[in-house]
Amino acid sequence: MALAEKLAAQQRSISVAEFFEKNKHLLGFDSPTRGIITTIKEAVDNSLDACEEAEVLPDIFVSIVKTEKDVLRIAVEDNGPGILPEKVPFVFGKLLYGSRFHQIRQSRGQQGIGISAAVLYAQLTTGIPAKVWSRTDAREPAHLFELMIKTEKNEPEILRHEEVEWDRTHGTRIEIEFTGTMAAKKRLIDYLRYTAVVNPHARIQADIDGEFYSFDRGSEEVITPPEAIAPHPHGIEFGTLKRMASVSSDDVETFLINSFSRLGKKSAEQMLSIAGIKGTRKAKGLSAEQLKVLLDAMQTVNVPPPPASLCLSPIGEEMIVQGLEKEFQMDFVRARTRKAQVFSGHPFIVETALGYGGKLDSEGQGQLLRFANRVPLLYQQGACAITNAVSEVNWKAYNLSQQGLPTGPVLILVHVASTNVPFTSESKDAVAAIPEIEREIVLALQDLGRELKTFINKRERSKLAETRARAICSIIPDIAGKVAEIVERPIPDIAPIEGQIMRKIIARKTTRDGTVELSVHNYTRSPAELMLYLISADDAAAADQPPDFTDAFGDEFNKVWKITIEPESHWRVHYPGQGGGSLDIRGVDEKMKVVVDLDVQ
Amino acid sequence: MSSKDLDAVARRQLVGIAETWYDQFTEGRIPSVTLPTRTKQNIEYDEASEVWKYGERGTTRTANSEKSALHILKMAYVIGFLKQQLQESRSSTLREMYYISEGWKRAKFSAQDESNMLVEDLEIITELSREAFHLRPEEDGASVYGPLRLKETTKRGVRDIHCQQDVGEAGYPIPNNVENIEFVEHDAKFIIAMETGGMYARLMENGFDEEHDAILVHLKGQPARSTRRMLRRMNQDLGLPVVIFTDGDPWSYRIYASVAYGSIKAAHMSEILATPAAQFIGVQPSDISDYNLPSDKLTEGDIAALKSELTDPRFDTEYWRRQIKLQLEMGLKSEQQAFASRGLDFVTKEYLPARLGEMGIL
Repeated sequence: MALAEKLAAQQRSISVAEFFEKNKHLLGFDSPTRGIITTIKEAVDNSLDACEEAEVLPDIFVSIVKTEKDVLRIAVEDNGPGILPEKVPFVFGKLLYGSRFHQIRQSRGQQGIGISAAVLYAQLTTGIPAKVWSRTDAREPAHLFELMIKTEKNEPEILRHEEVEWDRTHGTRIEIEFTGTMAAKKRLIDYLRYTAVVNPHARIQADIDGEFYSFDRGSEEVITPPEAIAPHPHGIEFGTLKRMASVSSDDVETFLINSFSRLGKKSAEQMLSIAGIKGTRKAKGLSAEQLKVLLDAMQTVNVPPPPASLCLSPIGEEMIVQGLEKEFQMDFVRARTRKAQVFSGHPFIVETALGYGGKLDSEGQGQLLRFANRVPLLYQQGACAITNAVSEVNWKAYNLSQQGLPTGPVLILVHVASTNVPFTSESKDAVAAIPEIEREIVLALQDLGRELKTFINKRERSKLAETRARAICSIIPDIAGKVAEIVERPIPDIAPIEGQIMRKIIARKTTRDGTVELSVHNYTRSPAELMLYLISADDAAAADQPPDFTDAFGDEFNKVWKITIEPESHWRVHYPGQGGGSLDIRGVDEKMKVVVDLDVQ
Repeated sequence: MSSKDLDAVARRQLVGIAETWYDQFTEGRIPSVTLPTRTKQNIEYDEASEVWKYGERGTTRTANSEKSALHILKMAYVIGFLKQQLQESRSSTLREMYYISEGWKRAKFSAQDESNMLVEDLEIITELSREAFHLRPEEDGASVYGPLRLKETTKRGVRDIHCQQDVGEAGYPIPNNVENIEFVEHDAKFIIAMETGGMYARLMENGFDEEHDAILVHLKGQPARSTRRMLRRMNQDLGLPVVIFTDGDPWSYRIYASVAYGSIKAAHMSEILATPAAQFIGVQPSDISDYNLPSDKLTEGDIAALKSELTDPRFDTEYWRRQIKLQLEMGLKSEQQAFASRGLDFVTKEYLPARLGEMGIL
């Protein structure tokens, strides 16, 4: 036998399922720890997409249970529209089966590989079939399936199908068992938290190995699902044009106007005249050569950008801020949604948010949350265009230190929404370096950076004034006391100095030799009407000015004095007591008040 | 001035600072204190005294921020403490005062450096040395060996000591308070002060002091205040020339500079501590090549120190610019003991006599 024949005998076509069985890493199943996250991510993405299409508020439950050593049972359940029983085997048991692949609109899942890849991964590692419950309506019964994938054919294999009782009126539940470890638990929780941030309309609850997590709804607003649009003439590829023309029964001019977005009669005529093709010819009849010329002509004619508002669903500034505030405690948070832009004919919108201070970690690099079409990106941060764009911003100009990413208590959120997010690989971990996208990210962050700078400056100033005021109120009296002792003269009056430095209202408490003294100085230029609150163990009944209100509070007394003080004057009260407790004044602008407790050293 | 009078002066000066603050308070002004900036950019040559002192540049600390207010508070506590100490005729060390500050609540020191600096600030303001406040230094002085007879007033009475005949091989240890020493007589032509103990022992063993009528002084590295004061007094009171013998590296030149010109840290004390007439005898960078001395490569730190010396006003002379530039070109440094490579007697028989001849001392 000739070698070619021998070789030919070994050659055969490969099914998609077989291909991915051998190339698990392409889909994000490169390790047992990643496998869990990818599975949950794919299932949750599908649930969120389904709920959005059905216009219901998502209610998603995730669970991971260790069934035996190294075997984990992962379940994801939603209240979505459910899947028709006849479609269930294909959705979960066949790779590259989906409804969204052919549509031009923003969606989480795209290729229809994700969840069936998880089923494939399960049968590879444990051989246990996937279980799927689905119910489409309260009047319909729920269906339970046990499925596997015939890899050589990429077809579903139904091992069991029956109608069952289920407490959900509609929705889908998938259960998959595979070998894995809980090593990536923290990342998994991060994934759920970040998902909650950009999907504030969703309630996500999780039972992970017996620990319960809940990410509650931040908004009761149902998301309007984005609508599919026709392709845009700019950036379309030859193959697509050829396929579209071959199934059309229209003449070329009508074909152009009807099949592409934003393409009107005028631009169609212009394109055809540039290409030298008669508009009355059948689109189907055009030769490959002519289509090539037409494609070039389509690129040269100016066409408005695709209708992004229809096909994209940005989160919105308000919702991003709500989502972040729900999951992180910060002193400053602002979001920016940019106007829609286009790259290679695909519309996209960049959204960013900047958070600062609060409970964010003040050491080391800031936190970067990357999202594409409302899905958190967890891996390959270094290879991502988002990271690159964030590093390109000169953060030092906004009073932050920087080593690539800004450092300190900073959180940066970047969301890229597009009908076709340019990922660097099928596992959808990183956004490719598209200059148009990077530019939008940089512009949005610079915008927010300016606002952050104003905030930081303002805060620094008030902090400085605050420490100054406190220092002056508590240290200067000590200096005066010591100096008087050294020169052997009476303690000088320091009120003029305080007034000069501060121009504020100062409440002070000092306890000496069993006498408590409370004083309020008004160093401002206008009269002050205020309430002085003191909670302490003393009842102050013997005060030279008794409280206007006293209330026993456990073994402490809550005392209130109503005071009016003219500008540049003061009020004072004395009573026998032990001091301590806590002092406050109300009715005065926070910025104007200084409360000093000299009992506390 | 009797010690009682001196105490009264110190007390008056210290209380004077507090009085200034008291007046500021009563005038409705925020208390403040002005001190010279303590950097090498702010030291100036004083023609009259021939030493380097702090210049015009000053920093004013006003108690209108937490940091400055605390500084003034601490200063007030120290003044109060010193006043009491003077009143009660007691004394303490810097370290003791640092520990005493534990009881000062907010005015307590966070590190001893802080209290040392503060005492130096007070020296500057009052123009008195810390000894006048009854604050003793802990560091011990170095030693003297040679044809010198002196009287020291000690706590146990007056002692009469000859620095060759009445001392062991370590020599006469310089006390903390040099003012208690009275020079009786001497038979010396000059004083040679050395950086290292090895060289001090070498000169002693070779009988350099007897052969050349020299007083040997061991500096023990960067010399303590009392050592510098002793050198100045011997130079002034006995009229003896002083030469300084150190290693040939940038750090050692600073030892020479602090003896001859005063230190940046204690520039306010230059007039009583510095010996402007002191001359540098070696190791000179040029000696390294002239005598082909064993040497080490300059480290990055050495090079930076040499460059910094080029901008130090105290080294701004023709001699030092030439030597430092030469050393930077060679990239080498040598120790005093490197002369031993040419025999143990080389330094006392050849190098020093030759250099002393050149310098017009022998």
